[in-house]
Amino acid sequence: MHETSIALAVVDQIEQRARQDGRTSVRAVTLRVGELAGVVPDALEFCFAQACTGTVAHGARLSVEAVEARACCSACSGRWSVGMPPDLCCPVCGEAAAHLLSGRELEIAAVEWGEPAATAPSPEEPDPCAV
Amino acid sequence: MCRMSDLHQAVLAKNDTGAARLRADLDGRGLLLVNLLSSPGSGKTALLEAELTLARERGIPVAALSADLATENDAARLARSGAPVKQALTDGLCHLETHMLARHLDQWPPAGTRVLFVENVGNLVCPAAYDLGETLRVTLASVTEGEDKPLKYPVAFGLAQLVVVTKYDLADAVDFEEETFLANVRQVNPGVEILRTSARARTGIGELLDRALAAADPATVHSPVMACDGERHGHHHHEHDDEHGHDHEHVGEHDYVHDHVHGSGLADMPDSEALQATRR
Repeated sequence: MHETSIALAVVDQIEQRARQDGRTSVRAVTLRVGELAGVVPDALEFCFAQACTGTVAHGARLSVEAVEARACCSACSGRWSVGMPPDLCCPVCGEAAAHLLSGRELEIAAVEWGEPAATAPSPEEPDPCAV
Repeated sequence: MCRMSDLHQAVLAKNDTGAARLRADLDGRGLLLVNLLSSPGSGKTALLEAELTLARERGIPVAALSADLATENDAARLARSGAPVKQALTDGLCHLETHMLARHLDQWPPAGTRVLFVENVGNLVCPAAYDLGETLRVTLASVTEGEDKPLKYPVAFGLAQLVVVTKYDLADAVDFEEETFLANVRQVNPGVEILRTSARARTGIGELLDRALAAADPATVHSPVMACDGERHGHHHHEHDDEHGHDHEHVGEHDYVHDHVHGSGLADMPDSEALQATRR
């Protein structure tokens, strides 16, 4: 189950970012996970909580944005959702897909920090994200 | 500064950067790396032993690194070929990552080695997500595993640059429906070459070695559809920006976007040209 390694990689990157920006806590993390990323979201959520323990991301909420896998045809202009198991041959003309339009994402989309960064915003430009 | 950061950071960026670096390093050493993926018991070790032995007979310097959770049994079997062999123990981890492989390749294999076969941990799920800096990625399946293996493990078969059927001598005995298997491979990886081999019957022995040597010319290597994500590359930042009505800071995204390490390595290269380019 490589979701443990994936979760640790996520936390590692967040910690690195937090150190750079002087952040000390994380409220939420959003991941984008493509249908063909080879990652099981449920397993990832389970591992994420464990991976966060004792780190800056301790207790952070995880949301996973699932990204549908889509392909486009190399012969006609067909575009389709490849499904699972994926079909990478065009449902219209039968030719191979030229490439995927989406579906292999495995990325940290956004992090919601527990507090503003160490550098305070200037009074003229109020923080648009301030809660 | 606000509380949200749009990172757009590939989760496996560290592995992928390492893989790109290792690929360049191996290229400089004239060493071709073949990453072999299969389920446990598919006959990778038997096939590899036959390939190593043949390479030795032909005078082609080859080596093998076998990764397992535990035991050095596979390395002992492969060493019978006379080729330099190493065992990498993952201590329970289900896959190899680049940094684990790279530490074995500092002073090894011996200078002049042409091909290094890496027998990944027997597992068709986890190793598929990790680029190891390979020149050629091969996924194997034995005829005893069933024709639907490519559909059950679409990422492992979808990212393969070569598919190898093993234990082909047993095909009739287990009613292996070859046409169904071929159609299933085509469904997830149209255009990939499929070799039929049997270590026991000496069928197709040497073909894997030939394909590995040919991979020195990147133009001969198949570019799987699943490894080409065309239009998405470079565009999704805009899409994502539009989803948010407030002013996020954007950090880190350009450190890697143009370095072919976005997402999970091989699979996230923007197009076939880029795939080839990284292998020169």
